[in-house]
Amino acid sequence: MITLDPKIPSGPLEKKWEKHRIESKLVNPNNKRKFDIIVVGSGLAGGSAAATLAELGYNVKCFCFQDSPRRAHSIAAQGGINAAKNYQNDGDSVFRLFYDTIKGGDFRSREANVYRLAEISKLIIDQCVAQGVPFAREYGGLLANRSFGGAQVSRTFYARGQTGQQLLLGAYQALARQVALGGVKMFPRTEMLDLVLVDGHAKGIVVRDLITGQISSHAGDAVILATGGYGNVFYLSTNARGCNVSATYRAYKRGALFANPCYTQIHPTCIPVSGSYQSKLTLMSESLRNDGRVWVPKKKGDTRAPQQIPEEERDYYLERKYPSFGNLAPRDIASRSAKEVCDEGRGVGPGGLGVYLDFTDSIRRLGEGTIRERYGNLFDMYHNITAEDAYKGPMRIYPAVHYTMGGLWVDYNLMSTIPGLHILGEANFSDHGANRLGASALMQGLADGYFVIPYTIGNYLATQMGKKISPDRPEFKAVEQEVRDRIAKLLSIKGKKPVTHFHRELGLLLWNKCGMARSASGLKEALQQIPEIREEFWQNVNVLGDSQDFCQSLEHAGRVADFLEFAELMCLDAYERNESCGGHFRVEYQTEDGEALRNDDEFCHVAAWQFNGGDRRPTRIVEPLVFENVKLAQRSYK
Amino acid sequence: MNFALKVWRQKNSKTAGSFVDYEADDIPEEASFLEMLDIVNEGLITRNEEPIAFDSDCREGICGMCSLVINGIPHGPGKARTTCQLYMRQFKSGNTIWIEPFRAKAFPIIKDLTVDRSAFDHIIEAGGYISVRAGSAPEGNSLPVPKHDADLSMEAAACIGCGGCVAACPNSSAMLFVAAKVSHLGLLPQGQAERNKRVIAMVRKMDELGFGNCRNHYECEAVCPAEVSATFISRLNRDYAVAVTRQGVAV
Repeated sequence: MITLDPKIPSGPLEKKWEKHRIESKLVNPNNKRKFDIIVVGSGLAGGSAAATLAELGYNVKCFCFQDSPRRAHSIAAQGGINAAKNYQNDGDSVFRLFYDTIKGGDFRSREANVYRLAEISKLIIDQCVAQGVPFAREYGGLLANRSFGGAQVSRTFYARGQTGQQLLLGAYQALARQVALGGVKMFPRTEMLDLVLVDGHAKGIVVRDLITGQISSHAGDAVILATGGYGNVFYLSTNARGCNVSATYRAYKRGALFANPCYTQIHPTCIPVSGSYQSKLTLMSESLRNDGRVWVPKKKGDTRAPQQIPEEERDYYLERKYPSFGNLAPRDIASRSAKEVCDEGRGVGPGGLGVYLDFTDSIRRLGEGTIRERYGNLFDMYHNITAEDAYKGPMRIYPAVHYTMGGLWVDYNLMSTIPGLHILGEANFSDHGANRLGASALMQGLADGYFVIPYTIGNYLATQMGKKISPDRPEFKAVEQEVRDRIAKLLSIKGKKPVTHFHRELGLLLWNKCGMARSASGLKEALQQIPEIREEFWQNVNVLGDSQDFCQSLEHAGRVADFLEFAELMCLDAYERNESCGGHFRVEYQTEDGEALRNDDEFCHVAAWQFNGGDRRPTRIVEPLVFENVKLAQRSYK
Repeated sequence: MNFALKVWRQKNSKTAGSFVDYEADDIPEEASFLEMLDIVNEGLITRNEEPIAFDSDCREGICGMCSLVINGIPHGPGKARTTCQLYMRQFKSGNTIWIEPFRAKAFPIIKDLTVDRSAFDHIIEAGGYISVRAGSAPEGNSLPVPKHDADLSMEAAACIGCGGCVAACPNSSAMLFVAAKVSHLGLLPQGQAERNKRVIAMVRKMDELGFGNCRNHYECEAVCPAEVSATFISRLNRDYAVAVTRQGVAV
């Protein structure tokens, strides 16, 4: 069995990264151009990595399935990016950002990785400002900050409600510059369908050109996956339609370990589901919780209009249960509390799956103008989708799947268990533990791409001088054939049901059994039902189109086929983790007041899963988490 | 709600396309326009007909991947939104809806309603950036930016690169797109070093790729989902004139 070596540098926490950089191997500038690096994904992590590696002199090939690298789903992040600049003089520091992130992650992430992230956060802001990211500013011309879900200091930098787009454009423009300079060759509308190993090392990928359908191989000295999260396994999520698990799941099937797949984040402030035709859920930035108050009626089945419900008959349940954090309680807590009140029959709106987010008090206190200035675009968006005016009555919100903390296992160098295969951003597992704090995803993606991988990839490449691999080798041809066979099989089934039917069925099952609350019995049922859905899929799916043509149903079918396998791994992980932590809430493990109850004695570890081929049960391999600088405590936001 | 659709179907860039009639029945009014097309596509698949190809990704109005010309208007009726943010309650049951791809010489059709907008990437590659290597940036607050400039820059930077402006323009001009990037970067102190070079390179690339000239129709501004103002085009023209003059003098 593999033992997992996270390769965490020795020495005091605050010196580890510096020490590691000094000890990391360098690649001579003249040798850098001899190395080809494959980057899959062009979001904050992939885009920034591709650009930065090309700046250093490496030859980069970057792939994305969208029609332009600028469309990667990082673009949709609204709220902001954290950095320990302490510009507000309110007591922030690298250590505090580190501690908040560790605590927010419910003590299920690695100290050394998180500390590095907090350290690098400051450099990211400098980099993005220099690129021309139009961050919000104060009248004196200096950078503005705001506080954001789960933090008691103002350390979040933002660009209107579209921080993700602006940061991504910074990375995209750096990438475009390298494309023009010849350092990066860009392959848009190209999907990675498998990973190729040569002598146990990741040496290339097989891709499909989504316009012509052509299957081809690309060889490289190292492969980087920055392919995002797997939230779309739930069908309905805040992810973009194209987000998928395929790249990371296929790497898992080639031997990379998948860590903590059960850690999924449910975001508390989304627009509730309105019907089965729905294709996605829309997130409302959680910055809304700074000025909105969350409540439901005290009485079950109260169908009065919200304005008709008097103050004393409302339950501001977050303020009641968590007096010190109130409406700003971390995402997992806010989400679960919403589910609880809805399960009690006190939910509002159609189907009773919603709670109110009320701005009446803030409008009274600050005036409608201020609220409009802060959240105008979000109120407009809400109005556009629901036809309701949130200046006049409360919004209705409900939690939705938003982010996945689990991902491929990586060491301190961001390398997976397959030598040469590096994983960045949401696709890896390392920094957010069991729950991610708001405004930390952008920070991690850019930290990995701009400031970690450019240093750590040298440790691998330095061992690979002169080992050039040609894509004509039989290893590539064999994988290409597997890819072609699979496509041919999908197109040959010609069953009765569209791909979406299976995706929806799987998603609903997971939402009910492996969503905000999980139980051993529910997970057992899911583990039984998923293979049944999968079997029906492979017998009765109808994929129409031509493999040699632009064929969206084929793209979707391939992704759903992977979700149908991956879902089982997720439920298995949730079943085996007999504790509640962060986004993973097992109903059997809770305190008397319904809070998540961790089991540090038995589960203070990363669970990484090894594929064993076919239908054989994967092996659960443990990496113990060692805390030398923080004391494990039960999270308290009361 | 029920609709009669007239949808542009085209196998690929080399084959001629045509409008095909479809019925969209029992559409909930809460459905988005793209969800309506999803429903139609599921029906087509059930009847063993190839679904309609169209682009979309985030479905929350920011990624710029969705397109479509709906009843002659890029992104359909209504102001400041992308097609994915258009909801069926905007239409009357029984309406006939015409659905076409974005049309422009520089945006060749890939299939049905999907087009190739990589020309926009090439314009950015020509100079739509500030050259700064990772690691070389000065401390973020070392360069104050007046709030007014930062806000104006943000308004230009809001462009989502969807190409609606090009589809709306009778000349298929990309001036609003180019103006947005030139202004976003040119309004910031960080963007000054390459300001002249940038505007010349981007405008030349735009011309080279087959986009037409601006004739002040303002159709671009009218359909822009990010509400990028056409006044940025004036800024682009001024920047371009200054840059070309300076270049001429230097030569």
